[in-house]
Amino acid sequence: MKFGVGQPVRRVEDKRFITGRGRYVADHAVPGQAHAAIVSSPHAHARILGLDVSAAAAAPGVLAVLTGADVLADGLGGIPPLFMPQNAQGPFGYRTLRPILIPDIVRAVGERVAMVIAETPAQARDAADLIEVDYEPLDAVVTLEAAVAEGAPAVWPDCPGNVSFSLTHGDPAATDAAFAKAAVTVALRLENNRIIANAMEPRAALGLYDAADETYTLYATSQNPHGFKEMIARDVLGIPATRLRVIAPDVGGGFGAKADCYPEDALVLWAARRVGRPVKWVGTRSEGLMGDNHGRDQLVHAELAADAEGRVLAVRARALHAIGAYHFSAGVAPLLYSLRYIPGVYAIDTVDLETRAVFTHTSPLGVYRGAGRPEAIYVIERLMDELATRLGISPVDVRRRNFVPPARMPYKTQTGAVYDTGEFEALFDKALALADWDGFDARRSESEARGRLRGRSVAYYIEHAGIYNDRMEIRFDPTGSATILAGTHSHGQGHATAFAQLVSEQLGIPFEAIGYIQGDTDKVMIGRGTYAARSSLIGGSALKLAGDKIIEKGRRIAAWKLGVEPDEITFDAGMFVARSTNRSMHMTEVAIASFQARGVPEEFALGLSAAATYSGDVPNYPNGCHVCEVEIDPETGAVELAAYAVVDDVGVVINPMIVEGQVHGGLAQGIGQALLEHIVYDPDSGQLVTGTFNDYCMPRADNLGPLAMAHHNVPCLTNPIGVKGCGESGAIGAPPAIMNAILDALRPLGVAHLDMPATPSRVWAAIAAARRAAA
Amino acid sequence: MAHVELTVNGRAHRLACEDRTLLVTLLRDALGLTGTHIGCDTSQCGACVVHVDGRAVKSCTMLAAQASGSAVTTIEGLADGERLHPLQAAFREHHGLQCGYCTPGMIMSGVDIIRRHEGVLDEHIVREELEGNICRCTGYYNIVKAILAAAEDYPESAAPLKAEPARV
Ligand code: FES
Ligand code: FES
Repeated sequence: MKFGVGQPVRRVEDKRFITGRGRYVADHAVPGQAHAAIVSSPHAHARILGLDVSAAAAAPGVLAVLTGADVLADGLGGIPPLFMPQNAQGPFGYRTLRPILIPDIVRAVGERVAMVIAETPAQARDAADLIEVDYEPLDAVVTLEAAVAEGAPAVWPDCPGNVSFSLTHGDPAATDAAFAKAAVTVALRLENNRIIANAMEPRAALGLYDAADETYTLYATSQNPHGFKEMIARDVLGIPATRLRVIAPDVGGGFGAKADCYPEDALVLWAARRVGRPVKWVGTRSEGLMGDNHGRDQLVHAELAADAEGRVLAVRARALHAIGAYHFSAGVAPLLYSLRYIPGVYAIDTVDLETRAVFTHTSPLGVYRGAGRPEAIYVIERLMDELATRLGISPVDVRRRNFVPPARMPYKTQTGAVYDTGEFEALFDKALALADWDGFDARRSESEARGRLRGRSVAYYIEHAGIYNDRMEIRFDPTGSATILAGTHSHGQGHATAFAQLVSEQLGIPFEAIGYIQGDTDKVMIGRGTYAARSSLIGGSALKLAGDKIIEKGRRIAAWKLGVEPDEITFDAGMFVARSTNRSMHMTEVAIASFQARGVPEEFALGLSAAATYSGDVPNYPNGCHVCEVEIDPETGAVELAAYAVVDDVGVVINPMIVEGQVHGGLAQGIGQALLEHIVYDPDSGQLVTGTFNDYCMPRADNLGPLAMAHHNVPCLTNPIGVKGCGESGAIGAPPAIMNAILDALRPLGVAHLDMPATPSRVWAAIAAARRAAA
Repeated sequence: MAHVELTVNGRAHRLACEDRTLLVTLLRDALGLTGTHIGCDTSQCGACVVHVDGRAVKSCTMLAAQASGSAVTTIEGLADGERLHPLQAAFREHHGLQCGYCTPGMIMSGVDIIRRHEGVLDEHIVREELEGNICRCTGYYNIVKAILAAAEDYPESAAPLKAEPARV
């Protein structure tokens, strides 16, 4: 089938994007719209003593100036975290409520203090710069170790010590015993650098208020419009959710950072009501770097115990994870996953793992591509190489000796994950062959002849894809064509194409005629959007179940039209066939018949549509292997990716072209984390040092090198369509692969450790220090 | 106030705007050509690339007034009606886009790269030349492929399908 499952169908959404007709939030202009600018805090921690808005209010074009005091006066709420550990039988954490404008104490650079609404964006910005805020600066902590140090300033006075909660897994006594009898132990202190999603479309929001029927409409840069609606209506505005419609039109990438609402999303709605005009806010990149959720920022002390052959006996880890100034969005999730997946693909019988959620005077932690899985896999894969080095065995052998074998599937880890499938060693061998692992020596000699150091690595990741239930609907119209109404949300993933492929194949209807609706809370009954690589699993499975219902109902309609009993009807490739009579009807004809103005039996109800829900309670476990070779210039410290091979197990593939694109993108973000990207706050002043693309280094085309890709797909057994997620894999596998390859190149010089990002200056400094030590 | 006269995608415009108005703002807000995007505030991302008198320019680095007297082509002016420019078609064929936000700038830069190198490109050149365009979704692999593929269609792929309009 040309458009069926497994085909690299070209995307139906592309035409509007390649011709400049995409419609992102900032592209929307509604009659009478006014423009908003935000005043944000220049301090990491300060008390607001006074706020003089008089000059701003009198500035040209200004319609209103809104402050934290106005928020309080209007009785608005704030933004809570999506969930806390205590909501899932976990430990009790210190719950925060984030005001949409800060009335009293700012707790991070970039906190929103006031909003100006004016006729033009430039007037709003000009007036915002006239607002005088009188701050009393307070002591701030922006790094993990400073935040948990004795006597550190508290981000929240009621939470002295800055630890909101700690999570644990495993058996400390058994771990101690395993370490005591181990032939060898290794230990690492690992920093997982603070980074940021930086979707190319900055966040934006357009709020409308209809005073006649007291309803609000929000156009939002959202991965999850129903989630925005629920939180803004219930927690901020305090209105029935029936009064709020949220539309997420074309969204220019999310990667987790647009999963949940921000203050501006609520502010534009409130401002629209206050000024009686639609209000639009379009964030700048600098505002994004400062005020969007950040990712990672974790510090781990990790230890591993093994026998003399390199079989792992136990792993111990003590982690600190920075949650920023508020518990926000699904920021708890990275902490959960960063522990749960430390065992990775290895049969490790004993663990003792702990992480602490630490408040810092920084932008909050959110979910960013991988959310905790990259942290977990980084820990175990760095430990495995450290073990191999200690024992003088190859990184290949040390992994081979520890893989969970297929015979042990389903395999339950000591942290409670249950892997249904996975042929780790077979996939591993495929990756080594793809990368020509055995031919490395010749390539290294060639590099050395050019004065370059060459190192290699092999890293294996596994991840947890899919979370929460969702609902998908298939709705035919009287002309016999069908529309998918998706609870998930595509912001680059190509759902309009992939889901239509599924439906076209299952129902035997033409791909080109399938409609697709998402991202509008008035059109789609309920949905949870897209994050956590959930949509192929949950959206796809729900769609399959909805398709099953369509076929069932279609069978009854066909039986009625063909004058036979429903159990005489078979369905295949779009045709309902009455076995006894050989007469048949196509799905399209059945759909048209279901809309007949007369004669449709009442028990059928008018029309043909079905909705179905897939629970999503059981995730799937994409896994794969990255083999990396780096070349390093010892004189400059510059690292080049000389060769890279990826083999993934993503289960059943709906559209291989889209899957490949997802892996590419994840990989680039993983490469960014390993080599380039770092959100840095000055430890003394709490100022954001990396506030623009000048200082925050995004991967460019020339940072990426040759790439070989292959698959070793094992269909997932726990969902009806056999898929596994693919969106986060690259971002999880790349950081340990790259760092291990760099260390492989540098160990002969005496460099034992490096943290991410391995920038030229860091690599150069490590080489220089090792040379000094050797001299 | 600045008075700006320019042609955009073959249409002549006379506009008044604030002196400080950027070309990208004029295109998006005054002319409604929202295919040209803004992805940063430091002229690094390339989401805003358009052609000014046939050359790729980051329209956020240029004042609208500086473009007065010029012929500007935006992503909306690249195709000829429903007939896609070869690079637009190549982006679709090679899956050179995901969210589409960087795409207009990538395509406008890509056409300029093909023009300046007269269609003679290799992967290394394309990667170096794309230094000024950031994509967060695709890892660039398929963008590079698309530009290389369209370079095969030189000279058609080196300019908008419709001839550059006469200058004002
Ligand atoms: S918006 Fe012009 S370079 Fe980023
Ligand atoms: S396709 Fe999303 S930024 Fe390039």
